[in-house]
Amino acid sequence: MAQGVVSPSAAAATASVAAQPGKLRRDLLVRRVGKVAISLNPVFSYFFLWAPIIILVIFSFNNAQTVSVWRGFTTQWYANIFNNAFSLDTEGARFSTAIMLTAVQNSLLIGIASTLLATIIGTMVALSLARGNFPGKKLLDTLLYLPIVIPEITQAISLAVFFSVLFDWINDQFTGVRAVNGFGSIIIGHVAFSISYVMIVVRARLTDMDPKLEEAANDLGANHWQAFWRVTFPLLLPGIIAGGLLAFTLSLDDLIVSFFLSGVGTTTLPIFVYGLLKTRVPPEINAISTIMLLVSTLLVGISLAMQGRSAARGTRG
Amino acid sequence: MATRTRPRTGFATALPAIVWLGLFFLLPLTFIFVVSFLTRGRGGVGMMPFTFANYARVFEVFSGVLVDSIWIAALTTLICLLLGYPLAFWIATRKQQWVRSLALFMIILPFWTNFLVRTYALQTLMSREGILNSFFGTLGIIAQPLEMLNTQGAVLVGLVYGFLPFMVLPIYASVERFDFKFVEAAYDLGANDWASFVRVVLPMTLPGVIAGIILVFIPTIGAFVTPDLLGGTDGLMIGTLINTQYKGQGNQPLGSALSMVMMVVVMVALLIYVRFGDRREAR
Repeated sequence: MAQGVVSPSAAAATASVAAQPGKLRRDLLVRRVGKVAISLNPVFSYFFLWAPIIILVIFSFNNAQTVSVWRGFTTQWYANIFNNAFSLDTEGARFSTAIMLTAVQNSLLIGIASTLLATIIGTMVALSLARGNFPGKKLLDTLLYLPIVIPEITQAISLAVFFSVLFDWINDQFTGVRAVNGFGSIIIGHVAFSISYVMIVVRARLTDMDPKLEEAANDLGANHWQAFWRVTFPLLLPGIIAGGLLAFTLSLDDLIVSFFLSGVGTTTLPIFVYGLLKTRVPPEINAISTIMLLVSTLLVGISLAMQGRSAARGTRG
Repeated sequence: MATRTRPRTGFATALPAIVWLGLFFLLPLTFIFVVSFLTRGRGGVGMMPFTFANYARVFEVFSGVLVDSIWIAALTTLICLLLGYPLAFWIATRKQQWVRSLALFMIILPFWTNFLVRTYALQTLMSREGILNSFFGTLGIIAQPLEMLNTQGAVLVGLVYGFLPFMVLPIYASVERFDFKFVEAAYDLGANDWASFVRVVLPMTLPGVIAGIILVFIPTIGAFVTPDLLGGTDGLMIGTLINTQYKGQGNQPLGSALSMVMMVVVMVALLIYVRFGDRREAR
Protein backbone atom coordinates (compact mmCIF):
# COMPACT_ATOMS: atom_id res chain seq x y z
CA MET A 1 0.00 0.00 0.00
CA ALA A 2 2.75 2.36 0.96
CA GLN A 3 5.19 1.74 -1.82
CA GLY A 4 3.31 4.25 -3.93
CA VAL A 5 5.07 7.15 -2.20
CA VAL A 6 7.85 7.34 -4.71
CA SER A 7 7.42 4.92 -7.54
CA PRO A 8 4.30 4.85 -9.72
CA SER A 9 3.47 8.50 -10.13
CA ALA A 10 7.05 9.63 -10.53
CA ALA A 11 6.53 9.67 -14.25
CA ALA A 12 3.53 11.93 -13.90
CA ALA A 13 5.44 14.25 -11.58
CA THR A 14 8.36 14.35 -13.98
CA ALA A 15 6.10 15.06 -16.91
CA SER A 16 4.36 17.95 -15.19
CA VAL A 17 7.57 19.76 -14.33
CA ALA A 18 9.54 18.80 -17.42
CA ALA A 19 9.12 22.29 -18.75
CA GLN A 20 11.09 23.74 -15.85
CA PRO A 21 14.47 21.98 -15.54
CA GLY A 22 15.54 24.03 -12.48
CA LYS A 23 12.44 23.06 -10.58
CA LEU A 24 12.85 19.45 -11.60
CA ARG A 25 16.44 19.35 -10.36
CA ARG A 26 15.33 20.84 -7.04
CA ASP A 27 12.48 18.36 -6.70
CA LEU A 28 14.75 15.43 -7.41
CA LEU A 29 17.21 16.73 -4.83
CA VAL A 30 14.43 16.94 -2.24
CA ARG A 31 13.45 13.39 -3.13
CA ARG A 32 17.02 12.12 -2.80
CA VAL A 33 17.63 13.92 0.51
CA GLY A 34 14.27 12.71 1.80
CA LYS A 35 15.06 9.13 0.84
CA VAL A 36 18.45 9.22 2.57
CA ALA A 37 16.99 10.88 5.67
CA ILE A 38 14.11 8.44 5.91
CA SER A 39 16.39 5.43 5.58
CA LEU A 40 19.07 6.76 7.97
CA ASN A 41 16.53 7.61 10.64
CA PRO A 42 15.55 4.01 11.50
CA VAL A 43 19.21 3.00 11.67
CA PHE A 44 19.93 5.76 14.16
CA SER A 45 16.70 5.34 16.13
CA TYR A 46 17.02 1.59 16.58
CA PHE A 47 20.68 1.99 17.50
CA PHE A 48 19.73 4.66 20.03
CA LEU A 49 16.98 2.51 21.54
CA TRP A 50 18.90 -0.74 21.65
CA ALA A 51 22.60 0.03 22.14
CA PRO A 52 22.29 0.94 25.85
CA ILE A 53 20.29 -2.22 26.54
CA ILE A 54 22.67 -4.48 24.61
CA ILE A 55 25.73 -2.96 26.28
CA LEU A 56 24.07 -3.45 29.66
CA VAL A 57 23.48 -7.14 28.92
CA ILE A 58 27.05 -7.63 27.62
CA PHE A 59 28.57 -5.96 30.64
CA SER A 60 26.53 -8.12 32.99
CA PHE A 61 29.10 -10.79 32.00
CA ASN A 62 32.09 -8.50 32.50
CA ASN A 63 34.79 -9.82 34.81
CA ALA A 64 35.33 -6.48 36.54
CA GLN A 65 33.69 -4.14 38.99
CA THR A 66 33.62 -1.27 36.50
CA VAL A 67 31.19 -0.80 33.69
CA SER A 68 33.40 0.63 30.95
CA VAL A 69 36.32 -1.71 30.34
CA TRP A 70 35.85 -5.28 29.21
CA ARG A 71 37.99 -7.64 31.26
CA GLY A 72 36.80 -11.03 30.14
CA PHE A 73 33.74 -13.21 30.46
CA THR A 74 32.31 -14.27 33.76
CA THR A 75 29.01 -15.49 35.11
CA GLN A 76 30.08 -14.61 38.62
CA TRP A 77 27.48 -11.88 39.13
CA TYR A 78 24.67 -14.21 38.18
CA ALA A 79 26.15 -16.91 40.39
CA ASN A 80 26.33 -14.43 43.26
CA ILE A 81 22.66 -13.63 42.88
CA PHE A 82 21.54 -17.22 42.67
CA ASN A 83 23.91 -18.51 45.37
CA ASN A 84 22.73 -15.92 47.84
CA ALA A 85 26.25 -14.48 47.94
CA PHE A 86 25.23 -11.11 46.56
CA SER A 87 26.31 -8.48 49.03
CA LEU A 88 28.36 -5.33 49.26
CA ASP A 89 31.64 -5.34 51.12
CA THR A 90 30.99 -1.98 52.67
CA GLU A 91 27.36 -2.32 53.55
CA GLY A 92 27.46 -5.93 54.57
CA ALA A 93 24.24 -7.84 54.33
CA ARG A 94 22.06 -4.82 53.67
CA PHE A 95 21.70 -5.65 50.00
CA SER A 96 21.74 -9.43 50.23
CA THR A 97 20.00 -11.76 47.83
CA ALA A 98 17.56 -12.63 50.58
CA ILE A 99 16.40 -9.02 50.73
CA MET A 100 16.18 -8.87 46.96
CA LEU A 101 14.07 -12.04 46.89
CA THR A 102 11.74 -10.57 49.48
CA ALA A 103 11.40 -7.52 47.23
CA VAL A 104 10.63 -9.78 44.26
CA GLN A 105 8.03 -11.62 46.33
CA ASN A 106 6.47 -8.33 47.42
CA SER A 107 6.37 -7.10 43.83
CA LEU A 108 4.73 -10.31 42.65
CA LEU A 109 2.17 -10.29 45.46
CA ILE A 110 1.27 -6.64 44.79
CA GLY A 111 1.31 -7.25 41.04
CA ILE A 112 -1.02 -10.25 41.19
CA ALA A 113 -3.46 -8.69 43.65
CA SER A 114 -3.67 -5.34 41.85
CA THR A 115 -3.89 -7.01 38.43
CA LEU A 116 -6.82 -9.20 39.52
CA LEU A 117 -8.71 -6.25 40.97
CA ALA A 118 -7.91 -3.85 38.12
CA THR A 119 -8.77 -6.43 35.45
CA ILE A 120 -12.17 -7.21 36.98
CA ILE A 121 -13.08 -3.57 37.62
CA GLY A 122 -11.64 -2.40 34.29
CA THR A 123 -13.45 -5.08 32.27
CA MET A 124 -16.74 -4.29 34.01
CA VAL A 125 -16.48 -0.58 33.29
CA ALA A 126 -15.41 -1.30 29.68
CA LEU A 127 -18.63 -3.31 29.25
CA SER A 128 -20.62 -0.41 30.69
CA LEU A 129 -19.03 2.12 28.38
CA ALA A 130 -19.19 -0.02 25.24
CA ARG A 131 -22.64 -1.50 25.65
CA GLY A 132 -24.45 0.44 28.35
CA ASN A 133 -26.33 3.69 28.41
CA PHE A 134 -26.69 5.70 31.60
CA PRO A 135 -26.56 9.33 32.70
CA GLY A 136 -23.02 10.57 33.27
CA LYS A 137 -21.47 8.08 30.84
CA LYS A 138 -19.52 10.79 29.00
CA LEU A 139 -18.22 12.16 32.30
CA LEU A 140 -17.11 8.71 33.45
CA ASP A 141 -15.38 8.23 30.11
CA THR A 142 -13.37 11.43 30.66
CA LEU A 143 -12.67 10.55 34.29
CA LEU A 144 -11.19 7.21 33.24
CA TYR A 145 -8.60 8.92 31.06
CA LEU A 146 -7.41 11.19 33.88
CA PRO A 147 -5.22 8.62 35.71
CA ILE A 148 -3.30 8.16 32.45
CA VAL A 149 -2.66 11.85 31.88
CA ILE A 150 -2.14 13.14 35.44
CA PRO A 151 1.60 12.94 36.24
CA GLU A 152 2.39 9.88 38.30
CA ILE A 153 4.15 11.89 40.99
CA THR A 154 0.96 13.88 41.59
CA GLN A 155 -1.02 10.66 42.03
CA ALA A 156 1.68 9.34 44.36
CA ILE A 157 1.79 12.35 46.68
CA SER A 158 -2.00 12.76 46.68
CA LEU A 159 -2.43 9.13 47.75
CA ALA A 160 0.32 9.54 50.34
CA VAL A 161 -1.48 12.55 51.89
CA PHE A 162 -4.83 10.77 51.64
CA PHE A 163 -3.58 7.65 53.42
CA SER A 164 -1.75 9.57 56.12
CA VAL A 165 -4.95 11.51 56.92
CA LEU A 166 -7.05 8.34 56.70
CA PHE A 167 -4.73 6.29 58.89
CA ASP A 168 -4.45 9.08 61.48
CA TRP A 169 -8.22 9.17 61.65
CA ILE A 170 -8.53 5.37 61.93
CA ASN A 171 -5.88 5.18 64.61
CA ASP A 172 -7.64 7.94 66.56
CA GLN A 173 -11.09 6.41 66.27
CA PHE A 174 -10.31 2.83 67.06
CA THR A 175 -8.08 2.03 69.99
CA GLY A 176 -5.83 -0.95 69.49
CA VAL A 177 -5.79 -0.51 65.73
CA ARG A 178 -2.64 0.70 64.01
CA ALA A 179 -3.13 1.28 60.31
CA VAL A 180 0.06 2.03 58.36
CA ASN A 181 1.22 2.15 54.75
CA GLY A 182 1.98 -1.26 53.30
CA PHE A 183 0.63 -3.82 50.88
CA GLY A 184 -2.91 -2.47 51.16
CA SER A 185 -2.02 1.10 50.24
CA ILE A 186 0.31 0.09 47.39
CA ILE A 187 -2.26 -2.29 45.89
CA ILE A 188 -5.00 0.36 46.11
CA GLY A 189 -2.71 2.87 44.35
CA HIS A 190 -1.75 0.45 41.59
CA VAL A 191 -5.38 -0.51 40.96
CA ALA A 192 -6.28 3.21 40.78
CA PHE A 193 -3.97 3.79 37.80
CA SER A 194 -4.37 0.34 36.15
CA ILE A 195 -8.18 0.34 35.76
CA SER A 196 -7.97 2.89 32.94
CA TYR A 197 -5.40 0.92 30.94
CA VAL A 198 -7.39 -2.33 31.25
CA MET A 199 -10.56 -0.42 30.25
CA ILE A 200 -8.92 0.91 27.07
CA VAL A 201 -7.62 -2.49 25.91
CA VAL A 202 -10.83 -4.38 26.70
CA ARG A 203 -13.04 -1.67 25.24
CA ALA A 204 -11.09 -1.67 21.96
CA ARG A 205 -11.77 -5.41 21.73
CA LEU A 206 -15.46 -4.86 22.55
CA THR A 207 -15.96 -2.19 19.88
CA ASP A 208 -14.38 -4.53 17.31
CA MET A 209 -16.80 -7.26 18.32
CA ASP A 210 -20.11 -7.61 16.57
CA PRO A 211 -23.01 -7.01 19.02
CA LYS A 212 -25.13 -9.16 16.71
CA LEU A 213 -23.42 -12.22 18.21
CA GLU A 214 -24.95 -11.43 21.59
CA GLU A 215 -28.28 -10.64 20.00
CA ALA A 216 -28.15 -14.00 18.24
CA ALA A 217 -27.51 -15.72 21.58
CA ASN A 218 -30.50 -13.90 23.04
CA ASP A 219 -32.66 -14.91 20.10
CA LEU A 220 -31.64 -18.50 20.64
CA GLY A 221 -33.05 -18.32 24.15
CA ALA A 222 -30.05 -17.40 26.25
CA ASN A 223 -30.59 -14.89 29.03
CA HIS A 224 -28.16 -11.98 29.44
CA TRP A 225 -26.09 -13.87 31.96
CA GLN A 226 -25.73 -16.91 29.68
CA ALA A 227 -25.14 -14.73 26.63
CA PHE A 228 -22.34 -12.96 28.46
CA TRP A 229 -20.58 -16.03 29.81
CA ARG A 230 -21.02 -18.23 26.75
CA VAL A 231 -20.60 -15.71 23.93
CA THR A 232 -19.19 -12.34 25.00
CA PHE A 233 -16.71 -13.51 27.60
CA PRO A 234 -14.92 -16.17 25.50
CA LEU A 235 -14.58 -13.71 22.62
CA LEU A 236 -13.40 -10.99 24.97
CA LEU A 237 -10.92 -13.18 26.86
CA PRO A 238 -7.81 -12.40 24.76
CA GLY A 239 -8.48 -8.69 25.30
CA ILE A 240 -8.96 -9.22 29.02
CA ILE A 241 -5.70 -11.19 29.25
CA ALA A 242 -3.83 -8.51 27.27
CA GLY A 243 -5.26 -5.81 29.56
CA GLY A 244 -4.35 -7.84 32.63
CA LEU A 245 -0.78 -8.35 31.43
CA LEU A 246 -0.51 -4.61 30.81
CA ALA A 247 -1.74 -3.94 34.36
CA PHE A 248 0.71 -6.55 35.70
CA THR A 249 3.67 -4.96 33.87
CA LEU A 250 2.66 -1.48 35.03
CA SER A 251 2.51 -2.71 38.60
CA LEU A 252 5.84 -4.56 38.42
CA ASP A 253 7.52 -1.49 36.90
CA ASP A 254 6.01 1.14 39.11
CA LEU A 255 8.47 3.01 41.27
CA ILE A 256 6.87 6.31 42.22
CA VAL A 257 3.49 5.26 43.63
CA SER A 258 5.04 2.30 45.48
CA PHE A 259 7.83 4.54 46.75
CA PHE A 260 5.37 6.91 48.45
CA LEU A 261 2.99 4.24 49.74
CA SER A 262 5.35 1.53 50.97
CA GLY A 263 5.87 0.84 54.63
CA VAL A 264 8.30 -1.23 56.65
CA GLY A 265 8.91 -4.59 54.98
CA THR A 266 6.96 -3.82 51.80
CA THR A 267 9.89 -2.81 49.60
CA THR A 268 9.17 -3.73 45.98
CA LEU A 269 11.78 -4.70 43.39
CA PRO A 270 11.88 -1.25 41.71
CA ILE A 271 12.28 0.44 45.13
CA PHE A 272 15.08 -2.00 45.91
CA VAL A 273 16.83 -1.33 42.58
CA TYR A 274 16.35 2.42 42.99
CA GLY A 275 17.97 2.15 46.42
CA LEU A 276 20.96 0.35 44.87
CA LEU A 277 21.32 3.00 42.17
CA LYS A 278 21.11 5.86 44.64
CA THR A 279 23.69 4.46 47.06
CA ARG A 280 26.61 2.38 45.81
CA VAL A 281 26.04 0.57 42.59
CA PRO A 282 27.04 -3.08 43.11
CA PRO A 283 28.48 -5.04 40.13
CA GLU A 284 25.52 -7.43 40.31
CA ILE A 285 23.17 -4.66 39.20
CA ASN A 286 23.73 -5.38 35.48
CA ALA A 287 22.87 -9.03 36.04
CA ILE A 288 19.72 -8.08 37.98
CA SER A 289 18.75 -5.69 35.18
CA THR A 290 19.32 -8.37 32.54
CA ILE A 291 17.06 -10.78 34.41
CA MET A 292 14.40 -8.08 34.68
CA LEU A 293 14.75 -7.43 30.92
CA LEU A 294 14.26 -11.11 30.18
CA VAL A 295 11.14 -11.29 32.30
CA SER A 296 9.58 -8.24 30.61
CA THR A 297 10.48 -9.60 27.16
CA LEU A 298 8.65 -12.79 28.04
CA LEU A 299 5.61 -10.88 29.28
CA VAL A 300 5.47 -8.65 26.17
CA GLY A 301 5.80 -11.72 23.96
CA ILE A 302 2.85 -13.42 25.65
CA SER A 303 0.79 -10.24 25.60
CA LEU A 304 1.45 -9.56 21.91
CA ALA A 305 0.67 -13.16 21.02
CA MET A 306 -2.63 -12.77 22.88
CA GLN A 307 -3.44 -9.51 21.13
CA GLY A 308 -2.50 -11.08 17.80
CA ARG A 309 -4.85 -13.94 18.49
CA SER A 310 -7.48 -11.44 19.54
CA ALA A 311 -7.02 -9.46 16.32
CA ALA A 312 -7.10 -12.62 14.21
CA ARG A 313 -10.35 -13.69 15.84
CA GLY A 314 -11.73 -10.21 15.39
CA THR A 315 -11.36 -10.38 11.63
CA ARG A 316 -13.03 -13.75 11.53
CA GLY A 317 -15.87 -12.73 13.85
CA MET B 1 -27.17 -6.48 22.96
CA ALA B 2 -30.91 -6.15 23.29
CA THR B 3 -30.37 -4.07 26.42
CA ARG B 4 -29.15 -1.14 24.32
CA THR B 5 -32.68 0.05 23.80
CA ARG B 6 -33.41 0.32 27.52
CA PRO B 7 -32.20 3.51 29.16
CA ARG B 8 -29.80 3.36 32.12
CA THR B 9 -28.17 0.03 31.47
CA GLY B 10 -24.68 -0.89 32.49
CA PHE B 11 -24.56 1.45 35.46
CA ALA B 12 -24.13 -1.40 37.93
CA THR B 13 -21.00 -2.74 36.20
CA ALA B 14 -19.54 0.77 36.14
CA LEU B 15 -20.08 1.23 39.87
CA PRO B 16 -16.88 -0.43 41.18
CA ALA B 17 -14.75 1.77 38.90
CA ILE B 18 -16.68 4.91 39.92
CA VAL B 19 -16.26 4.13 43.62
CA TRP B 20 -12.59 3.18 43.29
CA LEU B 21 -11.59 6.22 41.26
CA GLY B 22 -13.75 8.51 43.38
CA LEU B 23 -12.21 7.32 46.64
CA PHE B 24 -8.63 6.67 45.59
CA PHE B 25 -8.08 9.12 42.77
CA LEU B 26 -10.41 12.15 42.89
CA LEU B 27 -10.63 12.44 46.68
CA PRO B 28 -6.81 12.33 47.13
CA LEU B 29 -6.46 15.00 44.42
CA THR B 30 -8.82 17.29 46.33
CA PHE B 31 -6.70 16.61 49.43
CA ILE B 32 -3.54 18.01 47.85
CA PHE B 33 -5.57 20.87 46.41
CA VAL B 34 -6.51 21.79 50.00
CA VAL B 35 -2.99 21.14 51.34
CA SER B 36 -1.53 23.48 48.72
CA PHE B 37 -3.28 26.37 50.55
CA LEU B 38 -2.08 25.37 54.04
CA THR B 39 0.88 26.57 56.07
CA ARG B 40 3.90 24.35 56.66
CA GLY B 41 3.74 22.82 60.13
CA ARG B 42 6.05 20.53 62.11
CA GLY B 43 7.57 17.73 60.02
CA GLY B 44 6.63 19.51 56.83
CA VAL B 45 2.92 18.66 56.92
CA GLY B 46 0.16 21.16 56.22
CA MET B 47 -1.47 23.15 59.05
CA MET B 48 -4.02 25.93 59.34
CA PRO B 49 -4.30 28.84 58.50
CA PHE B 50 -5.01 29.06 54.80
CA THR B 51 -2.51 31.00 52.72
CA PHE B 52 -1.52 31.76 49.16
CA ALA B 53 2.15 31.91 50.17
CA ASN B 54 2.95 28.51 48.61
CA TYR B 55 1.83 29.62 45.19
CA ALA B 56 3.72 32.89 45.61
CA ARG B 57 6.84 30.86 46.40
CA VAL B 58 6.30 28.54 43.45
CA PHE B 59 6.34 31.50 41.09
CA GLU B 60 9.04 33.52 42.86
CA VAL B 61 11.60 30.93 43.91
CA PHE B 62 10.89 28.02 41.60
CA SER B 63 9.82 29.78 38.43
CA GLY B 64 13.26 28.94 37.00
CA VAL B 65 12.78 25.21 37.50
CA LEU B 66 9.21 25.51 36.26
CA VAL B 67 10.28 27.19 33.03
CA ASP B 68 13.20 24.75 32.67
CA SER B 69 10.85 21.78 33.04
CA ILE B 70 8.42 23.08 30.45
CA TRP B 71 11.35 23.86 28.17
CA ILE B 72 12.91 20.40 28.57
CA ALA B 73 9.53 18.74 28.04
CA ALA B 74 8.90 20.82 24.91
CA LEU B 75 12.38 20.09 23.53
CA THR B 76 11.99 16.37 24.28
CA THR B 77 8.67 16.41 22.44
CA LEU B 78 10.19 18.18 19.44
CA ILE B 79 13.16 15.78 19.18
CA CYS B 80 10.85 12.78 19.60
CA LEU B 81 8.67 14.16 16.80
CA LEU B 82 11.62 14.73 14.45
CA LEU B 83 12.94 11.23 15.14
CA GLY B 84 9.60 9.50 15.54
CA TYR B 85 7.68 10.70 12.50
CA PRO B 86 10.12 9.41 9.85
CA LEU B 87 10.58 6.24 11.91
CA ALA B 88 6.84 5.56 12.12
CA PHE B 89 6.59 6.36 8.42
CA TRP B 90 9.40 3.95 7.61
CA ILE B 91 7.81 1.13 9.64
CA ALA B 92 4.34 1.67 8.20
CA THR B 93 5.65 1.63 4.63
CA ARG B 94 7.51 -1.70 4.81
CA LYS B 95 6.07 -4.11 2.31
CA GLN B 96 6.25 -7.40 4.19
CA GLN B 97 4.00 -7.89 7.18
CA TRP B 98 6.69 -9.63 9.20
CA VAL B 99 9.15 -6.75 8.77
CA ARG B 100 6.53 -4.32 10.03
CA SER B 101 5.68 -6.57 13.00
CA LEU B 102 9.33 -7.02 13.90
CA ALA B 103 10.11 -3.31 13.54
CA LEU B 104 7.16 -2.48 15.77
CA PHE B 105 8.14 -5.14 18.30
CA MET B 106 11.63 -3.60 18.47
CA ILE B 107 10.00 -0.29 19.44
CA ILE B 108 7.55 -1.76 21.93
CA LEU B 109 10.01 -3.98 23.77
CA PRO B 110 12.22 -1.23 25.23
CA PHE B 111 9.03 0.62 26.12
CA TRP B 112 7.84 -2.32 28.21
CA THR B 113 11.14 -2.95 29.95
CA ASN B 114 11.71 -1.42 33.32
CA PHE B 115 12.20 2.33 33.12
CA LEU B 116 14.75 2.30 35.96
CA VAL B 117 16.84 -0.31 34.19
CA ARG B 118 16.87 1.68 30.96
CA THR B 119 17.77 4.91 32.74
CA TYR B 120 20.55 3.08 34.56
CA ALA B 121 21.84 1.77 31.22
CA LEU B 122 22.15 5.36 29.99
CA GLN B 123 23.76 6.41 33.25
CA THR B 124 26.57 3.89 32.83
CA LEU B 125 27.07 4.92 29.19
CA MET B 126 27.37 8.61 30.03
CA SER B 127 29.36 8.33 33.25
CA ARG B 128 32.91 9.68 33.56
CA GLU B 129 34.41 6.22 33.16
CA GLY B 130 31.62 5.13 30.84
CA ILE B 131 31.79 3.58 27.39
CA LEU B 132 31.15 6.83 25.52
CA ASN B 133 34.06 8.59 27.20
CA SER B 134 36.46 5.68 26.73
CA PHE B 135 35.31 5.31 23.11
CA PHE B 136 35.86 8.99 22.27
CA GLY B 137 39.10 8.89 24.26
CA THR B 138 40.44 5.95 22.26
CA LEU B 139 39.54 7.67 19.01
CA GLY B 140 41.39 10.72 20.24
CA ILE B 141 38.41 13.01 19.78
CA ILE B 142 38.58 14.21 23.36
CA ALA B 143 41.63 14.79 25.56
CA GLN B 144 39.88 14.22 28.88
CA PRO B 145 36.57 12.66 29.90
CA LEU B 146 33.50 14.77 29.23
CA GLU B 147 31.17 15.47 32.12
CA MET B 148 28.00 14.23 30.50
CA LEU B 149 26.04 13.20 33.56
CA ASN B 150 24.28 15.67 35.84
CA THR B 151 23.49 18.10 33.05
CA GLN B 152 20.29 19.18 31.38
CA GLY B 153 21.59 17.53 28.21
CA ALA B 154 21.73 14.18 29.98
CA VAL B 155 18.13 14.62 31.14
CA LEU B 156 17.11 15.48 27.60
CA VAL B 157 18.79 12.37 26.16
CA GLY B 158 17.23 10.24 28.90
CA LEU B 159 13.75 11.59 28.27
CA VAL B 160 13.95 11.19 24.49
CA TYR B 161 15.23 7.67 25.06
CA GLY B 162 12.39 6.87 27.44
CA PHE B 163 9.52 8.47 25.55
CA LEU B 164 10.33 7.98 21.85
CA PRO B 165 8.02 4.92 21.63
CA PHE B 166 5.11 7.05 22.86
CA MET B 167 5.59 9.23 19.79
CA VAL B 168 6.17 6.44 17.28
CA LEU B 169 3.16 4.27 18.15
CA PRO B 170 0.29 6.77 17.60
CA ILE B 171 1.94 8.19 14.46
CA TYR B 172 2.39 4.65 13.17
CA ALA B 173 -1.32 4.00 13.72
CA SER B 174 -2.14 7.13 11.69
CA VAL B 175 0.27 6.43 8.83
CA GLU B 176 -0.87 2.82 8.60
CA ARG B 177 -4.45 3.97 8.02
CA PHE B 178 -3.32 6.54 5.46
CA ASP B 179 -4.25 5.71 1.89
CA PHE B 180 -1.27 6.41 -0.37
CA LYS B 181 -3.57 6.88 -3.35
CA PHE B 182 -3.93 10.44 -2.06
CA VAL B 183 -0.22 10.96 -2.72
CA GLU B 184 -0.61 9.67 -6.26
CA ALA B 185 -3.54 12.05 -6.72
CA ALA B 186 -1.36 14.91 -5.48
CA TYR B 187 1.40 13.92 -7.93
CA ASP B 188 -1.11 13.77 -10.74
CA LEU B 189 -2.25 17.24 -9.83
CA GLY B 190 1.34 18.43 -10.16
CA ALA B 191 2.53 18.50 -6.57
CA ASN B 192 6.17 17.62 -5.87
CA ASP B 193 7.28 15.45 -2.92
CA TRP B 194 7.48 18.32 -0.48
CA ALA B 195 4.10 19.79 -1.39
CA SER B 196 2.36 16.44 -1.30
CA PHE B 197 3.90 15.72 2.11
CA VAL B 198 3.07 19.08 3.67
CA ARG B 199 -0.36 19.47 2.12
CA VAL B 200 -1.60 15.89 1.97
CA VAL B 201 0.31 13.40 4.15
CA LEU B 202 0.97 15.61 7.15
CA PRO B 203 -2.58 16.99 7.55
CA MET B 204 -4.06 13.53 7.22
CA THR B 205 -1.71 12.00 9.81
CA LEU B 206 -2.02 14.98 12.14
CA PRO B 207 -4.25 13.18 14.70
CA GLY B 208 -1.44 10.69 15.34
CA VAL B 209 1.11 13.49 15.57
CA ILE B 210 -0.98 15.39 18.11
CA ALA B 211 -1.64 12.25 20.15
CA GLY B 212 2.11 11.58 20.14
CA ILE B 213 2.92 15.13 21.24
CA ILE B 214 0.48 14.85 24.14
CA LEU B 215 1.72 11.37 25.13
CA VAL B 216 5.32 12.62 25.26
CA PHE B 217 4.82 16.09 26.69
CA ILE B 218 2.59 15.12 29.62
CA PRO B 219 4.72 12.42 31.23
CA THR B 220 7.98 14.29 30.61
CA ILE B 221 6.78 17.42 32.37
CA GLY B 222 6.26 15.36 35.54
CA ALA B 223 9.29 13.12 35.08
CA PHE B 224 11.04 12.07 38.24
CA VAL B 225 13.31 9.08 37.64
CA THR B 226 15.21 10.54 34.66
CA PRO B 227 16.12 13.93 36.18
CA ASP B 228 16.81 12.23 39.50
CA LEU B 229 19.31 9.71 38.10
CA LEU B 230 20.78 11.70 35.19
CA GLY B 231 20.23 15.34 36.08
CA GLY B 232 21.83 15.91 39.46
CA THR B 233 21.45 19.49 40.68
CA ASP B 234 21.89 21.01 37.21
CA GLY B 235 19.06 19.06 35.64
CA LEU B 236 16.35 19.68 38.23
CA MET B 237 12.74 19.30 37.12
CA ILE B 238 9.40 19.86 38.89
CA GLY B 239 9.09 16.14 39.61
CA THR B 240 12.36 16.07 41.53
CA LEU B 241 11.36 19.19 43.49
CA ILE B 242 7.97 17.74 44.46
CA ASN B 243 9.67 14.56 45.61
CA THR B 244 12.08 16.54 47.84
CA GLN B 245 9.21 18.45 49.44
CA TYR B 246 7.47 15.20 50.32
CA LYS B 247 10.40 13.22 51.66
CA GLY B 248 11.64 13.60 55.22
CA GLN B 249 11.58 17.16 56.58
CA GLY B 250 10.11 18.69 53.47
CA ASN B 251 7.32 21.13 52.87
CA GLN B 252 4.15 19.31 51.85
CA PRO B 253 2.06 22.44 51.18
CA LEU B 254 4.77 23.75 48.86
CA GLY B 255 5.06 20.35 47.14
CA SER B 256 1.28 20.29 46.69
CA ALA B 257 1.28 23.79 45.20
CA LEU B 258 4.03 22.73 42.76
CA SER B 259 1.93 19.71 41.87
CA MET B 260 -1.18 21.80 41.26
CA VAL B 261 0.74 24.19 39.00
CA MET B 262 2.11 21.22 37.06
CA MET B 263 -1.42 19.85 36.69
CA VAL B 264 -2.59 23.17 35.30
CA VAL B 265 0.18 23.03 32.65
CA VAL B 266 -0.87 19.47 31.77
CA MET B 267 -4.54 20.46 31.59
CA VAL B 268 -3.75 23.36 29.26
CA ALA B 269 -1.89 20.92 26.99
CA LEU B 270 -4.90 18.61 27.09
CA LEU B 271 -7.34 21.39 26.26
CA ILE B 272 -5.30 22.19 23.17
CA TYR B 273 -5.52 18.50 22.26
CA VAL B 274 -9.29 18.42 22.74
CA ARG B 275 -9.60 21.50 20.51
CA PHE B 276 -7.67 19.81 17.72
CA GLY B 277 -9.55 16.55 18.29
CA ASP B 278 -12.92 18.30 17.90
CA ARG B 279 -11.82 19.98 14.70
CA ARG B 280 -10.80 16.61 13.34
CA GLU B 281 -14.19 15.10 14.12
CA ALA B 282 -16.03 18.06 12.63
CA ARG B 283 -14.31 17.49 9.32
